[in-house]
Amino acid sequence: MNKPIAGGAGSAAGLEVVLPHPRTTQPQRLTRLLENERALAALLLAPAVVILGTFIAYPFIMGVWLSLSSTSVGNAGEFVGVKNFAKAWNDSIFRTAFGNTFFYTFWATLFKLTLGMWLALLLNRHFRGKRIVRASMLLPFIVPTVLSTFAWRWMFDPTFSVLNWLLFRADLITTKLPFLSDGTYGMWCAIVVNTWRGMPFFAITLLAGLQTINPDLHEASSLDGANGWKRFWYVTWPLLKPVTIVVVVFSVIQTFSDFQLIYVLTGGGPANSTHLLATYAYQVGVATGLLGEGAAISLFMLPVLFVVVWLQLRYLRRMEGA
Amino acid sequence: MDAKKLNRRQFITATCTTAAVAMTGIEGIVAARRAPAYAQGTKLHWVRWVDFIPESDVELKRQMPEASKALGAEVVLETINANDLQPRITAAIQSGSGADIFIMLYNWAQLYGSQLVDVSDLATSLARSEGGFYDVWPSSAHVGGLWLAVPHSIIGNAVAYRRSWLREAGAHEYPKTWDEARKLFAQLKQKGKPYGQTLGHTFGDAPTFCYPMLWCFGGAETDKTGKKVVLNGKGAIESVKFMQAFWKECCDEGGLAWDDTNNNRAFHAGEISATLNGASIYIVAKRQQEKIKDEKGEPMWQDIDHQNLPAGPAGAFTMYLPMSHAIMKYSKNPKLAKDFLRWLQKKENYGKWFETQGGYSVGATKAWEQNPMWSKVDKPLQIFRTAARSTRIFGYSGPATAKATEAFSKYIVTDMYAKAVQGMSAEDAVKWAEAELKKIYEG
Repeated sequence: MNKPIAGGAGSAAGLEVVLPHPRTTQPQRLTRLLENERALAALLLAPAVVILGTFIAYPFIMGVWLSLSSTSVGNAGEFVGVKNFAKAWNDSIFRTAFGNTFFYTFWATLFKLTLGMWLALLLNRHFRGKRIVRASMLLPFIVPTVLSTFAWRWMFDPTFSVLNWLLFRADLITTKLPFLSDGTYGMWCAIVVNTWRGMPFFAITLLAGLQTINPDLHEASSLDGANGWKRFWYVTWPLLKPVTIVVVVFSVIQTFSDFQLIYVLTGGGPANSTHLLATYAYQVGVATGLLGEGAAISLFMLPVLFVVVWLQLRYLRRMEGA
Repeated sequence: MDAKKLNRRQFITATCTTAAVAMTGIEGIVAARRAPAYAQGTKLHWVRWVDFIPESDVELKRQMPEASKALGAEVVLETINANDLQPRITAAIQSGSGADIFIMLYNWAQLYGSQLVDVSDLATSLARSEGGFYDVWPSSAHVGGLWLAVPHSIIGNAVAYRRSWLREAGAHEYPKTWDEARKLFAQLKQKGKPYGQTLGHTFGDAPTFCYPMLWCFGGAETDKTGKKVVLNGKGAIESVKFMQAFWKECCDEGGLAWDDTNNNRAFHAGEISATLNGASIYIVAKRQQEKIKDEKGEPMWQDIDHQNLPAGPAGAFTMYLPMSHAIMKYSKNPKLAKDFLRWLQKKENYGKWFETQGGYSVGATKAWEQNPMWSKVDKPLQIFRTAARSTRIFGYSGPATAKATEAFSKYIVTDMYAKAVQGMSAEDAVKWAEAELKKIYEG
């Protein structure tokens, strides 16, 4: 029996060769749909739209509906128009919380920006242990807010405050400072803690911005005789402005709607003097169970945050245009 | 039991046991000596506060496997901070999911009534078997003719004070009136031993001080109908004026930022001479006598005594903290939950928990006043034995409705005093509180 020779004609004759061949049938419906750019775009966007709809749009619409209803815990309530908003506006605690929210946001953001910028400028220099300092600076930002605020609460404790003890030992005070037992002190303590916690975010973001500035620009301005302040004002600041605007806007949004810090540090007390809109909305809506009224209080934040975001977008668009 | 090998006799036995359990509840379970037939993996979730007597939580957790075994379902106890209870209940009701049983403080059953299971059968049989509930219970847990929570216990409160410090200031017994108290604690504050009182947003120590302070000067939130606010009167204004003076002359002014634990810590640290509290200051001082000592190095508990709040011009009043358990309507296991509460309240189980309280709580019924535990507790704790016989609850002079709970949850009466001691005039503070109360009661 003759064996076929490998690679020989006999073997080749036995191979089935699959060659590309022109399509003879119409493309499937799905394939056709996917080839349509609009349909493909819609399909790709769909998961994001579903997620946004479920986790952002639905709660928001529910919040708006609740604010227009008399819903309380376990009772569906009925449509009451803007009654809850009017009730909140005539509520003295609400007005205190409303004013506090602006006060707290303004001062905390200002301190975070100033100190964050200062820290970023320092960290932009070369010194030994720079990496360790940069990493450790992030600690306040990394530690969960509730934990760090508890630590601060202990430091401000009316009876056992370590700060009072230190000041007393250093002969700087003769009686305890009422850190959390006085409304004004309490609000400033909250601002201090917020600044301590939020400053690293400013510093790191601004530091990233600083590092994108070409050192040649500073060198050139130095050669032209600019001192440190002028170099900052005429070179650094204009180039850092876009980053600063973005970071300030983010911070304003976060600080304006802050909850955890006040809830843990003062609980809104003493006598409601440190409530912010978020904590007061929580007290009325969740703790007391008046969900409609609580939703209305929290929705007072919306116009303010809307204006902030609108300004940011407008500025960024102008920057893109330039 | 292998289902495949189940014979007729076994089937009949199992069916009869299940039927008996279903009909007779926990008595049936015990009589049958086997767990009822709840679906495998059935869980019962129970939420309570973190007890100020840690040993009591330990005892309850120890009892959970026993309860699970008796009921044939896993019973899980979760303890959370008391200030977080209301938010947790609200979230559970709105989402229709969460713990099957929640502890209810004061009269919360009124506030959440529409979402609670009727437990009248349990409550009535408990009252019947133990000689009747204290008077505070109907307004706390009986809503619209139904019991919506099963009364569990009442936490009494009294002023814990340092006997030796008061004696040094010339007082051989605790003052009987607020005027006497003011004179005494003014002296003690000058010696650096002030009276400690929170006026913060707390569920316990602040309201249980502020409401009686209002009542003892003749003040009240509403009239008897509970529909008309009558706060702005001589009684309330006089009480606020007194509080302003008492605060400045006698109190640790840091109390504005205290929660319900600060006064315990301050007392144990020797920072304050007296404070309104449950029995926990004494009990913890005794149980931790190696750590909690007075300035002479002696165990502090030996120097602690208790007395009721002093009387004002209209008399002396108290507001204690009734605690009950409610089953949520969304629970998938309401019957199991009822069986569990019945198991929990059985004398042998409840008694073990009651003993760990060591006088901090009294029972829901007068029967527990006769418990042998009282003969073992120290004299300073005996005051708590009959504490629950006369206690008011907020809403006075009207009924303790859900509106009264709303006013309580918004800390209006507490804040009236807090605003006044921070500088607002007594008249304005009362006017502010009246306006807030009107929005609730008359709005």
